[in-house]
Amino acid sequence: MGKFSGLGGRLYRGETSVDFIGKRRRWYAFSGVLIIASAIALSVQGLHLGIEFKGGSAFTVKLAGASVEQARAAVTATGVPGEIIIQKVGTDRLRVQTGALSSVQSNQIQDALAAKFSIKVETIDTQIVGPSWGKEITRKALYGLFGFLIVVLLYLAMAFEPKMAIAAIVAVIHDVFITVGIYALVGFDVTPATVIGFLTILGYSLYDTVVVFDKVRENTRTITSTSKSTYSQAANLAVNQTLVRSFNTSLIALLPVGSILFVGAGLLGAGTLKDLSLALFIGLATGTYSSIFIATPLLAVLREREPAMKALAKRVSTRSTVANKVTEPASAVVATEKRGPRNQPKRNRRR
Amino acid sequence: MSTSSRTTKTAARPGRTLAIMALVLIALLAAVFVQGAKSIKLGLDLRGGTSVTLQPRLSPGESGTVSNAAIDQAVSIIRQRVNSLGVAESEVTAQGSGTNRQIVISVPGDTGRRVVDLVGQTAELRFRQVLVAGAPGDTSTATTTSTSVDAVTKAVTDKYSAIDCTDPVNRQGTGSDVATDPIVACDRAGTSKYILGPAEVLGRQVSKASAAINQTSGSGWYVLLTFDNDGTKAFGGLTTRVTSLSAPMNEVAIVLDGLVVSAPRINEAITSGSAQITGSFTQVEATDLANVLKYGALPLAFDRGEVQQISPTLGADQLRAGLLAGFLGLGLVLLYSLLYYRGLGVVSVGSLLVAGSITYLLFLLLGKWIGFTLTLAGIAGAIVAIGITADSFIVYFERIRDEVREGRSLRSAVETGWIRARRTIIVADFVSIIAAALLYLFAVGGVRGFAFTLGLTTLIDLFVVFIFTKPIVTVLAHLHFYSSGHPLSGFSAKSLGVLTPPLSTQTKEA
Repeated sequence: MGKFSGLGGRLYRGETSVDFIGKRRRWYAFSGVLIIASAIALSVQGLHLGIEFKGGSAFTVKLAGASVEQARAAVTATGVPGEIIIQKVGTDRLRVQTGALSSVQSNQIQDALAAKFSIKVETIDTQIVGPSWGKEITRKALYGLFGFLIVVLLYLAMAFEPKMAIAAIVAVIHDVFITVGIYALVGFDVTPATVIGFLTILGYSLYDTVVVFDKVRENTRTITSTSKSTYSQAANLAVNQTLVRSFNTSLIALLPVGSILFVGAGLLGAGTLKDLSLALFIGLATGTYSSIFIATPLLAVLREREPAMKALAKRVSTRSTVANKVTEPASAVVATEKRGPRNQPKRNRRR
Repeated sequence: MSTSSRTTKTAARPGRTLAIMALVLIALLAAVFVQGAKSIKLGLDLRGGTSVTLQPRLSPGESGTVSNAAIDQAVSIIRQRVNSLGVAESEVTAQGSGTNRQIVISVPGDTGRRVVDLVGQTAELRFRQVLVAGAPGDTSTATTTSTSVDAVTKAVTDKYSAIDCTDPVNRQGTGSDVATDPIVACDRAGTSKYILGPAEVLGRQVSKASAAINQTSGSGWYVLLTFDNDGTKAFGGLTTRVTSLSAPMNEVAIVLDGLVVSAPRINEAITSGSAQITGSFTQVEATDLANVLKYGALPLAFDRGEVQQISPTLGADQLRAGLLAGFLGLGLVLLYSLLYYRGLGVVSVGSLLVAGSITYLLFLLLGKWIGFTLTLAGIAGAIVAIGITADSFIVYFERIRDEVREGRSLRSAVETGWIRARRTIIVADFVSIIAAALLYLFAVGGVRGFAFTLGLTTLIDLFVVFIFTKPIVTVLAHLHFYSSGHPLSGFSAKSLGVLTPPLSTQTKEA
């Protein structure tokens, strides 16, 4: 730990520095590959929707030793139409999933299962979802998504600056896309709990980005007057300075989510906890990646296009060439119009 | 050093802020005792039960829109039916807004099938002729004098004799009255019982209903009723036939969901399609009756959106899993912050414990005040919030360390670092709160529980960081253990990387 903390100090002073922004094409390419893979997975395999979205019924029997074959025999005997999926979940549960059923049909299945395993009907956990229900929650989830993106875009544009808001939102969309891609690729079930997970990732992915951007803003506040570094360099220093922080916040956030995933998947086998935490786990990981590798480089590129920043970049490069040749400080030669007390770097209550 | 670290006002009074903190905790604790909120209300997914979500829609062949008032009416009809099960803490609520309100029914325990069958049927207002009327508790054999309707069978008269309308159980709607059969029904208030003929006029044939006051004669409030074309004919026929009969057969009962709302006597044949119901109504009574007539006119059908039956066993398992995940997550976070931040980690531990107790107390109180119930998704939200809360400490701690790296004393670093970290924490938490609020607004059912706890705990985080974490750090910064940079304090020169000889290994160089 001590060594790692020491790394924090070196990163802070810029002695150890990872060139996130200069090598951005590499990260863009990496994300591009992931996004293309996600798009392919999504169009070829599609998402594996849970019964909440497509309508259907699920019956869960808790009985050690209950076999899939027994359950299948019991359910098939009722003559219920459609595909029947039976699987073991967790250690001692058996889950029977069918298409949308009428209440008479679902009662038949409950009775058949109860009779087969000699258990009481009341102990069977049942979930029945009407066919039109999925449309309703899908619509609401999409409203939530767009509402969130717009509100956050406006808020960040006010709290920071418009270009930071754009970069942050691009990073969030990147995260959601890749997370959805992973779901399509692996074939995890998408349930309403998964959707909550997705929506929460949006908030969380932004948390990381906000922390980095706050430092970027602090570092770049005075760059046009000092002319020591370009926007990109200042931003890159900010990412490095907040690297330990990003790592720690992400790890700390992943620890509880990881324990929900562990307990949810291990003890219960399926359900809200597992679906929610899996989406969060994947989303948090991509969120940390994108705030460092996507959001900040993108912000730097956007800002470097501004005339003021272009001029600054030119000054900085002249200055470093000059500084290489002459030993005298170059500031006497350049940036004459940026002098005076107002343009001096602000000192925040320092002694 | 002391001369160089006179800093901002906020630093000056950490004791006062901490006292406020203590007062808030004591106030919450006192409220919990005063209110007698002993345990957190658990959702059905944690204790077992049945929940049914219904999507109201118009019956086939009906036109118009599903109005809010009609849904409110439906909620009260369903509530009556659910109450007939006699299960404590059953709930019927409308969720959502506008045309997409859903009705959510939750009944604890294992009554699954009965609930599902009970709530799904269409409730419709019907007009039936009164055949026999009697005192509510009179269980002597019915005097079926001169029933002009042959369909009144022995079974019906037996049922009439047996029923005791003073028992509230018999005054719950059943939704099972068949329009074409004679039925036995209780008055909604339990003041009398009836045998009623088949339905002759239906609620949908009422075109208008309103409460009005008779200014001239001073006879008080009455209800004005207008029928459509079919209704006029049917009501005209019914009133023409019964008006000459002897009491109680000259009465027409207005029946909603198997219960008699009102049974006015018919004074004359009403063929104009417009009727007045007079009596000694108060304004409230007249308005209620008019509402029943108005919204009973629009029979709603219900799409069964989602039905969930959770056995108490699964509920207990889910609760156990949720708590286990919570403790595991909390434990790991505490362990990590102690290992990484050493002495500062103690602040994390304390702050998380304070945040945890506030959360727990608020869960207790909100259960009492707004009927907050903790669901599995809610537990997940609270666990996720552990991470968010701990994150704000990290943002602050790392800021302090940055300031120390710049050569400040710990005491001044604590203050300057706070000013910078504060902003980051507020912005980041605010984004989290926006996410939670929108999730809450757009979500259905369990999702709302998640959004609610996530939002609540993020607010608690903000509160704790400002009123506990910051002052505690200020206080600790004055302790020699911390300010001297003890190896275990989290501020040692070595762990901060201040003045470290350059190491030969360069990690993470890309």
